[in-house]
Amino acid sequence: MAETYQFTVNGEARSIEADGAMPLIYALRNELGLTGTRYGCGLEQCGSCMVLSDGVPGYACTQGMDAVAGREIQTIESLSAEGGTEAAPHPLQQAFLDEQAGQCGYCLSGILISAKALLDKNPDPSRADIVAALEGHLCRCGAHTRIIKAIGRAAAVLRGEGAV
Amino acid sequence: MTLPTSLQSNPRFDQWLKFLSDETLRMATGKVEIGQGIVSALPQIAAEELDLPLDRVIVLSGDTVSGPDERYTASSLSIMDSGAAIRLVCAEARALLLDRAALRLNCAVAQLSVAAGRFLVDGTAADLSYWDVAGEIDWSQSVKGDGIAKSHTEYSIVGQSVPRRDLPAKLSGGAFIYDLVHDNMLHARVLRQPGRGASLAGLDEAAIQRAAPGAIEILRLDNFVAFIGLDEWAVETAAAIAPSHATWIGAPAIEPAQQDAAWLRGEPAIDNSYGAPEDAGASGELVEAVFSRPYVAHASLAPSCALAQYVDEHLTIWSHGQGMHLLRRNIAQVLDLPVEAVTAHHAMGAGCYGHNGADDAALDAAIIAVQKPGATIRLQWRRQEEFGFEPFGPAMLVRLAVRRDRAGRPSDWTAEVWSPTHVQRPGTGSGYMLAADALASPPPDLQPEDPGEERGGGGTRNAAPYYDIPNSRIQHHLVTNPPVRTSALRTLGAITNVFAMEAMIDDLAAMADEDPLAYRLSMLSDPRARAVLEVVAERSGWSRRDAGGQGRDLGRGSGKGLGLAFARYKNTAAYAAVVVALSVEREVHLENIWIVADGGLVINPDGVRNQLEGGAIQGASWALKEQVTMSGVGVTSLDWDSYPILKFSEVPEIDAVVLDQPDQPSLGVGECSVSPTAAAIGNALAHALDQRIYDMPLNRDRIMAALSA
Repeated sequence: MAETYQFTVNGEARSIEADGAMPLIYALRNELGLTGTRYGCGLEQCGSCMVLSDGVPGYACTQGMDAVAGREIQTIESLSAEGGTEAAPHPLQQAFLDEQAGQCGYCLSGILISAKALLDKNPDPSRADIVAALEGHLCRCGAHTRIIKAIGRAAAVLRGEGAV
Repeated sequence: MTLPTSLQSNPRFDQWLKFLSDETLRMATGKVEIGQGIVSALPQIAAEELDLPLDRVIVLSGDTVSGPDERYTASSLSIMDSGAAIRLVCAEARALLLDRAALRLNCAVAQLSVAAGRFLVDGTAADLSYWDVAGEIDWSQSVKGDGIAKSHTEYSIVGQSVPRRDLPAKLSGGAFIYDLVHDNMLHARVLRQPGRGASLAGLDEAAIQRAAPGAIEILRLDNFVAFIGLDEWAVETAAAIAPSHATWIGAPAIEPAQQDAAWLRGEPAIDNSYGAPEDAGASGELVEAVFSRPYVAHASLAPSCALAQYVDEHLTIWSHGQGMHLLRRNIAQVLDLPVEAVTAHHAMGAGCYGHNGADDAALDAAIIAVQKPGATIRLQWRRQEEFGFEPFGPAMLVRLAVRRDRAGRPSDWTAEVWSPTHVQRPGTGSGYMLAADALASPPPDLQPEDPGEERGGGGTRNAAPYYDIPNSRIQHHLVTNPPVRTSALRTLGAITNVFAMEAMIDDLAAMADEDPLAYRLSMLSDPRARAVLEVVAERSGWSRRDAGGQGRDLGRGSGKGLGLAFARYKNTAAYAAVVVALSVEREVHLENIWIVADGGLVINPDGVRNQLEGGAIQGASWALKEQVTMSGVGVTSLDWDSYPILKFSEVPEIDAVVLDQPDQPSLGVGECSVSPTAAAIGNALAHALDQRIYDMPLNRDRIMAALSA
């Protein structure tokens, strides 16, 4: 049964008419044109679809629209809003470029979201902290060690320590 | 002179190069980006030969309209095949351009040089560029192959770690096939036929319609069923519940025992032998062991996807498959369309390292598109569909029988391999696309084939020892009746053969009371093979092996192990030696992986290191964790809980080094670290446990069984 759901996406108020059980990812990708949130499993097992919901990482593949109503959602595209265009990348994006952290790249947008959530609350994470923040994510290409390094590098830059 | 294979099949300049009006060069390749960095490395070769800034070279990849047909992107051949062709084409194109410029500038070719695509006469800039003269050259002519490529000593772009071209978009949320949006686009999902020959006896369409939270159309063609609509969620919901409203008859059953490699022995097979004849009089102590790996999945992070549209009797397909020209021909054949009426474009997908559901999804989309002219069909598989119906990497059983001479060296080596085929890509051997089976005229049962030995073999890949062993032979049983469809997955049979061979070499070294490194070096005359081993030994602190290697101070019996392995991929491509440090307590914890590889001339060193690291992690994941399970009518490992792969917390530190050999031809590197890593893990585990485990995955159950034996 379609109803209207209001929520905020990357700072903009949005209104979507949808089935309440429809997971958020379909609204983001198909209604709002935000294709950076990636479908992987629909089972909360791979992390490809990670978004921030009121600042907390959550799986867009299972959160129904009825649970999303009223919340503030941030997607990978919000990094671009923070200066992350290809010309002026967000420090996290820049760190991933500096480390060349990725191969096929499919896992990266979800991982960047979890990394942002981590650095927002812990500006000086240890390697173990970074790994713990990524435990809900899978990467099939084996870019793990570069991804871990990139997040550490971004943390240092954001602390004002420059590139490590 | 003999032209590279890719040039023989695509001899015209304009199949490779086009000088565009915006002063860029469009370089085309039949190879596609699958995460391996090829769209970043190939333009380095073109820019180098033509003295162009890298950003003036744009790439057209996997395009059946304007690009070359280089068959599949596979077997670590993209740099060796496409790179070699592009180098020759560009060198010869440069000569043609210089000839025209000399005429225009009324000077000798020898007076000319090029900077950023602009000509200089005796070092002084002339007001003339490639683009000014390119229009005067007939680019439809064939490449002769007589262009003189630069010497590596002149290189300024090749050999540099330039950043990947595809990464910025991938970090910003775009770039993939899944993200393509067309006007008039309809989402689609398929109800999969459970197995070959199954027919649909009943489908409760009304129940499916009731469950869908939006309008859907159900398309039925024989045993092919699709759900189509504007609302992806409605289509997805319909497809998710459809199997419970469908009745199939004639689906082949799978016994649980069939999921194990041990089942392969004694099954119907095509038998072949290679190498030295059997020596009935061979003397020396016989050492035998049997190794295995189970069926493994490509387990791509994204379910397969394709777009297709049928407009004015022309079918256009977008696919993340690995061979667009073959896809085009195969889909034309299944749909009985003239091949000229089909176009295929590559679009990037999630990494899968072989033949997954991509081609099948393309046929699914094409079948629907032809029924819905004018619309673009965006077809995506479901997660369970990807895990259940992709063509798997085949299970393998390898028996080694080795005779030791008096010095404790192998004098006679037999590798007996049982494996289903490693290649059923559409258009090869018994390959077909899944939905073809569901249509009115399913493809005939074709005899399976494996890639020929000259291409490195399939089940036999790396079964022949690279060590100096007087007599060796391979006995290959290509098992013809596996319970699931099997096809190409990174390294094909090499991972199991190298796992087995390197375990045997370690065990032989132990029997001879020799260090595994010294033992290997005593049987390796190829200096490049020796070099990778010697360097990895140095970096890993191999000489302190029983203390735990570099920077460690651990005694034996601590549950720690250090293991070594070597392979030259296909015995013809890149060399790699790997050392693994691990600890074991019920299960394996990887601590460090050191990799040293020799890939000849390296185009992009960081790109190669990225491949070495990724290959090691994939090899580790296969060695330790992965196994497809099956019973009833199909596969039961249908999600990431039942098919776990290596996680962030399980990934060790990796040290990857490339020994650059700029005066040697480039050797394919994309797969070279996978098998030695799996083998080094096996050897490190044997070192830690003082006991060999012969069957992958080396998981908790196997370790507990070994410890209690």
